[in-house]
Amino acid sequence: MSAGLPVPPGQHARAAARFVANEVRAHRHDAAGWHLRSNRDRGAGSVPEWEALREAASAIKAHTLSRLADYLEEFERNARQNGIQVHWARDGAEHNAIVHGILAGHGVARVVKSKSMLTEECGLNPYLEARGVEVTDTDLGERIVQLLGEPPSHIVVPAIHRTKEEIGELFQRRLGTPAGLTDPTRLTEAARHHLRQKFLSAQAGITGVNFAIAETGGVVVVTNEGNADMGTSLPPLHVACMGVEKVIPRARDLGVLLRVLARSATGQPCSVYATHFHGPLRGGEMHVVVVDNGRSAILARDAFRRSLSCIRCGACLNTCPVYRRSGGYSYGATIPGPIGSVLSALRDPRAHADLPFASSLCGSCSDVCPVRIDLHHELLAFRRELSGRGLVPLGKRLTMKLLSLVMRSPRLYALAGRAARFLLRRAPWALRLGPGAAWARQRALPSGPAASFRELWDRQASAEKGGLP
Amino acid sequence: MSGRDDILRALRRAAPPPLPLPEWSGRAMRFDDPVSSFLKSVAAVAGTPLRVPDLAAADAAVRGLETWTRARLTASLVPGVGRSSLDLDSVGAPQDLRDLEVAVVSGAPAVAENGAVWIPGSRLGRHRAVFVIAEHLVLVVKAEDVVHTMHQAYDRIRLERPGWGCFVSGPSKTADIEQALVIGAHGARSCAVVVVG
Repeated sequence: MSAGLPVPPGQHARAAARFVANEVRAHRHDAAGWHLRSNRDRGAGSVPEWEALREAASAIKAHTLSRLADYLEEFERNARQNGIQVHWARDGAEHNAIVHGILAGHGVARVVKSKSMLTEECGLNPYLEARGVEVTDTDLGERIVQLLGEPPSHIVVPAIHRTKEEIGELFQRRLGTPAGLTDPTRLTEAARHHLRQKFLSAQAGITGVNFAIAETGGVVVVTNEGNADMGTSLPPLHVACMGVEKVIPRARDLGVLLRVLARSATGQPCSVYATHFHGPLRGGEMHVVVVDNGRSAILARDAFRRSLSCIRCGACLNTCPVYRRSGGYSYGATIPGPIGSVLSALRDPRAHADLPFASSLCGSCSDVCPVRIDLHHELLAFRRELSGRGLVPLGKRLTMKLLSLVMRSPRLYALAGRAARFLLRRAPWALRLGPGAAWARQRALPSGPAASFRELWDRQASAEKGGLP
Repeated sequence: MSGRDDILRALRRAAPPPLPLPEWSGRAMRFDDPVSSFLKSVAAVAGTPLRVPDLAAADAAVRGLETWTRARLTASLVPGVGRSSLDLDSVGAPQDLRDLEVAVVSGAPAVAENGAVWIPGSRLGRHRAVFVIAEHLVLVVKAEDVVHTMHQAYDRIRLERPGWGCFVSGPSKTADIEQALVIGAHGARSCAVVVVG
């Protein structure tokens, strides 16, 4: 029941073209993202000190990243004092083995899981399923994509690419709802009953971690549905999985971070449940698995370090004109959108060389980011890096060389302008051939002006000179 | 333990020069009447706001809730407000609370900016599951425990260690199917918040 990526890495443009070919779906997806973005604007706009909060959130994260090892040690020490067992995993494989080891040690065959992009990144579900553990994703959107055999296409709204009709059909097949049922309230009710049984029979709960508090040795998990709370209040065993970058210094830093998280994600003033775990359930066990999986390598990169500040709100996805019009799967990566493009390219530049180009560099992602990650600057910097490493395709390389040549020479520039104006007037079809084809597709070409701005300027200047007494 | 040491060593090697830890200036939104702002926020997050002068009135208000009058299985962890139709201490496993219809719980502080109420685990008795497994939740809050923002809330909260605590803001909800807001995903289907005083 587990899901590899529906689109392999390195196919963004092609997969995006397939996505927009279905106009109804593409428009719905675009509108869904914009709906979330508009809600975010309302949420942010309701707080007069919003920009100061973003500044503080960014500074808290930057400070923590500068002393990450110290804070992780402090977290570990305090967590142990609270009776929490702390494990360390260098990569996804170690993470999966540790989680499975804990579950196997307790004879766990059924586990409920709440949302965790880290476990998606590590491929935990297929690993556990191959070893006979039934894993049930319990966030409604995650359960939907799990039943479909798909990964999430959005980090906050995993099934954003699916319609209620498709979900109705899925539930009819898998949960036995009546044919033709598409009402979201009744579909959610069916999922509630289905998942309630899973919660009641689960022997362990796995959660992600939104924040780990160094000072107090606890972790904070945020949901709207209450699925993480059901999954950690019923079974006695709780395994929480976190990337090294999730730690923050103090509980009161949450005053800043929780104020920006939900407002940036959905526009809500706060999530319904923000649960602070400082120890196991009565008579139970709690484990935290701390995972590096390439994060220390990102930390070493001056130009890209800030991407580790991400609190996974999804605002950069919702606002991104490319994400909204190409869908999450087109990125060929666990995390799509601007932040996913940066993180994936950092992890494997060869496989994801297309992603830094999956952006118009409009900068909207950086503008909405609650922790002020300079996303579009990082995407641009990565283009330079790819170019330096020879990972930019030949066509793009030659085009850029040619453009650079033309831009640097006033005479070539004027000549190119004349040629373009001539073609626009006499043979516009010619501009739809060759390297300009992709650009000209879906665009109406302008009618070619008779003269360039420079020619008009020169004419005006000489007319004025001639007119002088 | 070599994984641990490898990770910490790699992080130390990669770390940039230390940056200062900022203190929040404290300049944040304030409300003329935080209690009424809190009640407004509760309504905005799909909760049911109620305000009463004292505990006796809180008891009457809870017993007047439609969810209460219909319920057979109830549990109150707030002395004097509602009543328990089952003895929580004699419930062996939290799964046995599966049919619980209404849970009455108290919390503090409560936050005017977002309608959230902090529930410390020590107020939930033997099974903390009561707050999320009950079909309907009633939160009882003292008016003096209402603060303006989350900053002030964290100034007041004493995290129980070992222990547990949770901000709850309204009933459980989801919008995972075509962004349509649905109340009652996994946790409480309704959340009444009674402010006393």
